[in-house]
Amino acid sequence: MWLRTYSTSLYLFLYLPIALIMLFSFNAGRSGLAFECCSVQWFGRAFSNPFIMEALGHSALIASCSAVLATLFGTLAVFGLQRAGGKVRMLFDALTYCAIIIPGIVIGISTLIAFISLFDLINPLLAQVIPGIPRLNMGFFTVVAAHSLFTMALVMVIVRSRVESLDKALQEASADLYAPPLETFWRVTLPQITPAIMAGFLLAFTFSFDDFIIAFFVAGPETTLPIYIFSSIRRGVTPEINAVSTVIIGASLALLFTSRYLQNRRSGASHA
Amino acid sequence: MDAVISPNARHADASDVNIERTQKKRRSLGRRITLLMLLPSTLWFLLLLVMPLMIILVFSFGERSAVGGYAGGLTLANYLNLGSRAAAFSNTLVLAPLGTLVCLLAAYPLAYFLAVKTGKNRSLLLTLVIVPFWTSFLIRTYAWIFILSGKGIPALLASVGLDDVRLINTPYAVLIGIVYGYLPLMVFPIYVSLEKLDKRLLEASADLGASAFESLRRITLPLAAPGIITGVMLVFILLMGEFLIPAVLGGGKVFFVGNALVDLFLQSRNWPFGSALAMTLVTIMLLIIGVYLKLVARYGGKPGEGAL
Repeated sequence: MWLRTYSTSLYLFLYLPIALIMLFSFNAGRSGLAFECCSVQWFGRAFSNPFIMEALGHSALIASCSAVLATLFGTLAVFGLQRAGGKVRMLFDALTYCAIIIPGIVIGISTLIAFISLFDLINPLLAQVIPGIPRLNMGFFTVVAAHSLFTMALVMVIVRSRVESLDKALQEASADLYAPPLETFWRVTLPQITPAIMAGFLLAFTFSFDDFIIAFFVAGPETTLPIYIFSSIRRGVTPEINAVSTVIIGASLALLFTSRYLQNRRSGASHA
Repeated sequence: MDAVISPNARHADASDVNIERTQKKRRSLGRRITLLMLLPSTLWFLLLLVMPLMIILVFSFGERSAVGGYAGGLTLANYLNLGSRAAAFSNTLVLAPLGTLVCLLAAYPLAYFLAVKTGKNRSLLLTLVIVPFWTSFLIRTYAWIFILSGKGIPALLASVGLDDVRLINTPYAVLIGIVYGYLPLMVFPIYVSLEKLDKRLLEASADLGASAFESLRRITLPLAAPGIITGVMLVFILLMGEFLIPAVLGGGKVFFVGNALVDLFLQSRNWPFGSALAMTLVTIMLLIIGVYLKLVARYGGKPGEGAL
């Protein structure tokens, strides 16, 4: 009995802060921390704030690009590794775990320094070869690159565990029935691992969209939504920020439940 | 392997040689395809992981140039100077393990509840644990500003006569933020391990007169061990590099190594010292994880399947 009570209170603990943000975004007053009922004005203000909209656009674009890259590179690598020798696999394992285990903040710092050093080296050369070319600088591409490194490792882990649990008999059956390797891949293997690839993509997108710390280092002058939110809560929480947060929470809920719905329909069973 | 030509091949007739040639061609084509498939990821790992880490390793032995940034050199001064950031290290090394422990203690009963006591609505309850994990970490963290600052819990406490309780910008606030942020990450792997638990084992153990504690120690905990090991590692790794929670809820008074790193790289621009700090953090983390896994292996455990 006490277990049920405890679990219920833990759920309250998990949802109370989220509920508070949602409540406070309907604040009629101007203060972020005192509530007066009720108004939707802050949603309107947030959506007409050019800084917020710009940051939102950047975040969405960065998350899409880095998730596409990560999924593509990661999935290719998993299948490449199936064909490669044991030593290559071990090397890739080590690199993958490094990418996952090293704190995001260290990844952020080291890619920042590496990019700056690289650009300091390349920019003078480039300027000599093609005069008037814009200088390479921190920004959109550096964030995409840094995010896609970590998320590529995530995709590799997820897709690989699925590939390794595949029933080999199906592929052999397909080969026995004279399907060429590529057709076996296309019609037997790929359909079985598509859910894992999609899960990897979604995870990569979410990670990139939410990430603050790596982007904080490598974004240069570019503002992503988490960077915007962070710098505004430093100046004090506003109802406007709460409104933005409410929208983001709503969107991620919709995304999560859609993906679970799709997954359940596909497999007929519940996968967490 | 291709370079070795078997002695028979020299005497083989023309058709054999032809077959061998096409086979060889096919093999080298296959190899080229494999290389091509591995090329993007290899490039990414080299350019964005190996090279950057090498660079901060080199930088950590360098000197700070007059304008900030890096000047070449070979000195241990940065490492010898680590003592000046001892507070950041001691905060991290106290609050990260403590946070992991509290997370574990809070998460275990819930994971057990989900795995053993729920029926039809398990999937929904499980989703409800994961949902916060999929919403922005930053947003979830700053939500605690509402609760912990003056108009939240302290105001409630004041109304029952407990005046002057300060929570925000204290280690307690950071600890609450940690448990709140990483609870789902701890619940999930433990749940995955416990899900396999056969309830009849618990009934049998109760029938045979074992106390609840005995059943926990001899049946449930050994089964949960892989999940606990994974959960503890995941949470601990993330906590060692934590920046956001202390920055948002610690208000500059409770700071982690992560906060010192942000200061050194983005404000005071002392890259070599920052690099030394980062290298030390990674080394300490790897050492602790190594010792932890050794200890775990000694007691016959091994990490379970990944979470998420």
